Amino acid sequence: MRFKDVFSIMGPSMIGPSSSHTAGAARLGLTARQALGGQPDEADIIFSGSFAETYMGHGTDLAVTAGLLGCAPDDERIRDSIALAEAAGMELRFGTELRPGGHPNTVRFELRKGEQALTMVGCSIGGGNVEIVGVDGFDVKFGADCPTLLVNHQDMAGTVAAMALIVGRANLNIRAMDVDRQSRSGRALTVMEMDQAVSAEVRRELQALPQVERVRLIHLNEEEGQE
Amino acid sequence: MRFATLAELSAQCREADMTIGRYMIEEQVRESDQTEETVVGQMASYYQIMKEAVRKGTTEETKSRSGLTGGDAKRVMEYRALGGTALGGEASAALAYALGVSEVNASMGRIIATPTAGSCGIIPGVFVSTQERFGWSDDKMVEALFAAGAIGYVIANQSFISGAEGGCQAEVGSAVGMAAGALTELRGGTPEHAVHAVGLALKNSLGLICDPVGGLVEIPCIVRNGFGAVTALAAADMALAGVRSVIPSDEVIGVMKDIGAAMPEAHRETAKGGLAQTPTGKAILSDLRKKGGRS
Repeated sequence: MRFKDVFSIMGPSMIGPSSSHTAGAARLGLTARQALGGQPDEADIIFSGSFAETYMGHGTDLAVTAGLLGCAPDDERIRDSIALAEAAGMELRFGTELRPGGHPNTVRFELRKGEQALTMVGCSIGGGNVEIVGVDGFDVKFGADCPTLLVNHQDMAGTVAAMALIVGRANLNIRAMDVDRQSRSGRALTVMEMDQAVSAEVRRELQALPQVERVRLIHLNEEEGQE
Repeated sequence: MRFATLAELSAQCREADMTIGRYMIEEQVRESDQTEETVVGQMASYYQIMKEAVRKGTTEETKSRSGLTGGDAKRVMEYRALGGTALGGEASAALAYALGVSEVNASMGRIIATPTAGSCGIIPGVFVSTQERFGWSDDKMVEALFAAGAIGYVIANQSFISGAEGGCQAEVGSAVGMAAGALTELRGGTPEHAVHAVGLALKNSLGLICDPVGGLVEIPCIVRNGFGAVTALAAADMALAGVRSVIPSDEVIGVMKDIGAAMPEAHRETAKGGLAQTPTGKAILSDLRKKGGRS
């Protein structure tokens, strides 16, 4: 089911004018901020489909930028976010591209913060709900509507079991899981969507696995989700 | 959720001897693993935001950022104060309130997406006006919001709720169906009556394209919210009178999906067709581009 509960239909509480183009866009920006691990110094934001056609009129650019600044979709600062980002020293560039066959409301982020870089592709699927379809070249699919772990690791036998054991021991339930790899025995990304909040301790344990390179947590409703 | 179709929803409600609203509260508690107090509390806070948006939209300045729209809810309020509207006092209140909330949305004010921001006026317009008329408690209204949510949940998963995917039929159409079903239940209809109201309402918006002038959620979105609230009242009255949706409501939802999937991209929120591409629509767009999309 694309829409999981009553509050994916009723709500969110948001600043207008468009749940797809404003609220969903703010949540995509916030997801990208958390996947990067903080506020970007530089952001290329590339819109396609309906986003590319109408982003200015809907304030999609303002909403995405507000998300990168850590604002929720009902934050009154959305209206002034581009000025706020520039004042905070963020370098912003907006563009458009064609993505044949892609979702009509798609945005690609190219973010940089010091040594860290992130490429993320996300779609706004209606009613303020989002779907992330690409992270750093990996094909993924998650809604960012629950605590979500992104674990970069080596493609190696036993890795998924080792990760599942750690979250299971902490009494955390995996709602959905997705594994993608670039090549056999090469780099891989596992996405785990969780029913419960994920503690820093669980993230440290995952990080300590020898085959794990990096652990990130997306948790839009909780400040502790931001690193 | 343990239901995927309106037929399943209504059968499960009958089995449990519950209203759709009450059943959805229990389903949400089960699904989210949160307490009833938490989930009902969140919906109650949403209802307060809806009421505030009605108040703001009908009494304060609501000029949109583009400068294209605003003030229509106040115009209708003033006109109805004179008496003698064709709709009568109650339906014209639903109309004015729905316009007002949509104008608050267009002015970058705070609203609740029900199910989307483009269709955010319809449920508050219907709910707040009928609450005033019938003297219902806030608790009763909040339960009915769960009924609207249950109906929307089925539509969203079986079809679409965004204009970009399925046209305006998916956005305003879904909201009218949700409001009609919830109002039917508020007025004492059974879950079966409510489901018929959904089907009756949805049939009236099948094929409606999404063609926002300048790509903005203003023209024709705001007036379609006003019309949508009135249509929801009509659908609820028909269902309560015993009018049935001969094509079952789940099949109507399927048709909405088929039509949305076949709709050209130009008619799905891209502003490349419909009203957006009329001579006046194009002139407005070119004027907006000169101003960088904002006034």
